[in-house]
Amino acid sequence: MSAILPSPRLAALKQHRLLWPLVTLLILLAINATFNPNFLHLAWREGHLYGSLIDILNRAAPLMLVALGMTLVIATRGIDISVGATVAIAAALVAWMIGGKLVMTDGVSTYVSRFPMSLAIIAALAVALLCGAWNGLLVARVGMQPIIATLILMVAGRGIAQLITGGQIITIYYAPFFFVGNGHLFGLPFALFIAVAVFIALQLVTTRTALGLFIQAVGINPSAAHGAGVPARRITVWVYAFCGFCAGAAGLIVASNVKSADGNNAGQLLELDAILAVTLGGTALTGGQFSLAGSVIGALIIQTLTYGIYSLGVPPEINLVVKAIVVFVVMLMQSPEFRRSVQQLARRAPSGATR
Amino acid sequence: MKLAPKYLPLAATVSLFLLMAALGSLRYTGFFSAQVFANLLIDNAFLCVVAVGMTFVILSGGIDLSVGSMIALTTMVSAWLVQKHQWSVVAVVPTVLLMGTAFGAVMGLLIQRFRLQPFIVTLAGMFLARGLCYVISIDSISITDAALSEMRVPIGGDASLSLSALLALVVVVLAMFVAHCTQFGRTVYAIGGNENSAVLMGLPVRATLVGVYTLSGFCSTLAGVVFTFYTLSGYGLHAVGLELDAIAAVVIGGTLLSGGIGYVAGTLIGVLMLGIIQTLITFDGSLSSWWTKIIIGALLFVFCLLQRVFEARRGPAS
Repeated sequence: MSAILPSPRLAALKQHRLLWPLVTLLILLAINATFNPNFLHLAWREGHLYGSLIDILNRAAPLMLVALGMTLVIATRGIDISVGATVAIAAALVAWMIGGKLVMTDGVSTYVSRFPMSLAIIAALAVALLCGAWNGLLVARVGMQPIIATLILMVAGRGIAQLITGGQIITIYYAPFFFVGNGHLFGLPFALFIAVAVFIALQLVTTRTALGLFIQAVGINPSAAHGAGVPARRITVWVYAFCGFCAGAAGLIVASNVKSADGNNAGQLLELDAILAVTLGGTALTGGQFSLAGSVIGALIIQTLTYGIYSLGVPPEINLVVKAIVVFVVMLMQSPEFRRSVQQLARRAPSGATR
Repeated sequence: MKLAPKYLPLAATVSLFLLMAALGSLRYTGFFSAQVFANLLIDNAFLCVVAVGMTFVILSGGIDLSVGSMIALTTMVSAWLVQKHQWSVVAVVPTVLLMGTAFGAVMGLLIQRFRLQPFIVTLAGMFLARGLCYVISIDSISITDAALSEMRVPIGGDASLSLSALLALVVVVLAMFVAHCTQFGRTVYAIGGNENSAVLMGLPVRATLVGVYTLSGFCSTLAGVVFTFYTLSGYGLHAVGLELDAIAAVVIGGTLLSGGIGYVAGTLIGVLMLGIIQTLITFDGSLSSWWTKIIIGALLFVFCLLQRVFEARRGPAS
């Protein structure tokens, strides 16, 4: 394979794990830019940057967060299908705790939150962390298969979220909370800063400390990792807890963005999008090696795809079909068996022609 | 008489079901009637058919997430063909069944041939089927011909079963036969136990693995047909999250998720268990519908825990 490559540096580039996700993203951006001339246009209005690219970044923030948490879980050879439910729980809790009542003071009507906003946010994140830790304990201590352990919360979580909201959609009236999902910092959406901060923190922790190596070791062989002195179980629990935390943060953004919480529909199918983002980013579901940057790119790919489908005037119903086709293609590309049979086909075809 | 340990999860399910039935009969008047229990099957006939297909997939150590969307796609295609193209039901049913079977077979081929993860392949299948529904129509299509859904079969007393419930029972009996008395069924168990051993024993592992997903595809479209008759409409949002119910029914029915151990009969009990939880909550009246989800989640937890204990007792050999 490497024989046809002209230089070792190009070979290294070709081997780089982020190459294909980046190429996919660039192709999608190019397609968008071709069909929509205003796509790459950025404008400065009212102290904020406006434009399609900013919009994509903003809307991709919750997915990025969840995908980052999911990356670590998948790196330990696990999977977390309860993140959508966790998003719903966090959103429901924060919406219920903040709520917002119209109060008349001195003839001025102001909205007052039920609990202080900081308390509500901390509580929602803590509950999401607990949800994740529960998953982690089931996987690491009880020894359940990850998909089943998280299935329990996926089923029950929606019920719990509806229990909190009383089966209704809670509207949030407390204006300061809207900053989380709609506010701007330095001209950029605030939600983006949350996602980027988590990404940088994770990147530092996994590359500057041994934690990244430990996580990979757990994913490649849990019992060997345990034997080598890696606290495999504790790492597993914390990885799931962190994934829950990320889902909670995403829940806050979602709730703030739509100014309400819907126990039934918040974060619906988010777990699938997150897994898709992680896979697109080049992290194999079999555990071991992982790429946080890849997952962020994966989340951007999904959001760009969605944005493109909407802006190109393609009926949004096709969205799912396109997504499915992308998953099939990416899956096949990642499969060594598939690549081998394609190579065999390619080799056989010319020799068959000469005969 | 001592119960063999392999029947333990099944026995736990059956006794829990009986306990719940007894509880319901004691607490709520009118609960203990043949029709209430017949309704468990009538209202969950489609779930039962899906869960039977899922049982085989899980027994082989895999999973099929596409079943809910396959039901939606089936209702959509059937309603579309009947209403918009005036096909007769006799022609529509074989067509959709063929469609679903082929869909399952392709997923099985991908999983087997290219060693892809069943979870991801069937996830993509789920997206695809759901998306295709919306390609046909965003709105619900209702079917005006209601002849079949009204048909009832008396089963003694005042109680009666619908045609779909009977179909579900037939599927269960056939599946029990296939699981225990055919080479296909035995191979499924062998693959779930240990795939490599099954290959070394010379069993047709490849064909069986494809066959398992084909069967699940067939079962989910059959369930889709039942669902179409039950709701008399096609809609892209039908049966959202049904795959979870089906997996839950299989697990509660005592099938080990690691594959290799479980019974089709258990799945039937698992489906009835989900049904009785819903019925109990309906009879109670004061509990909101979301308690169903929480209780099913709790049950799943208990049963998975039980399975772990059971696996641990089987010895450290595995």
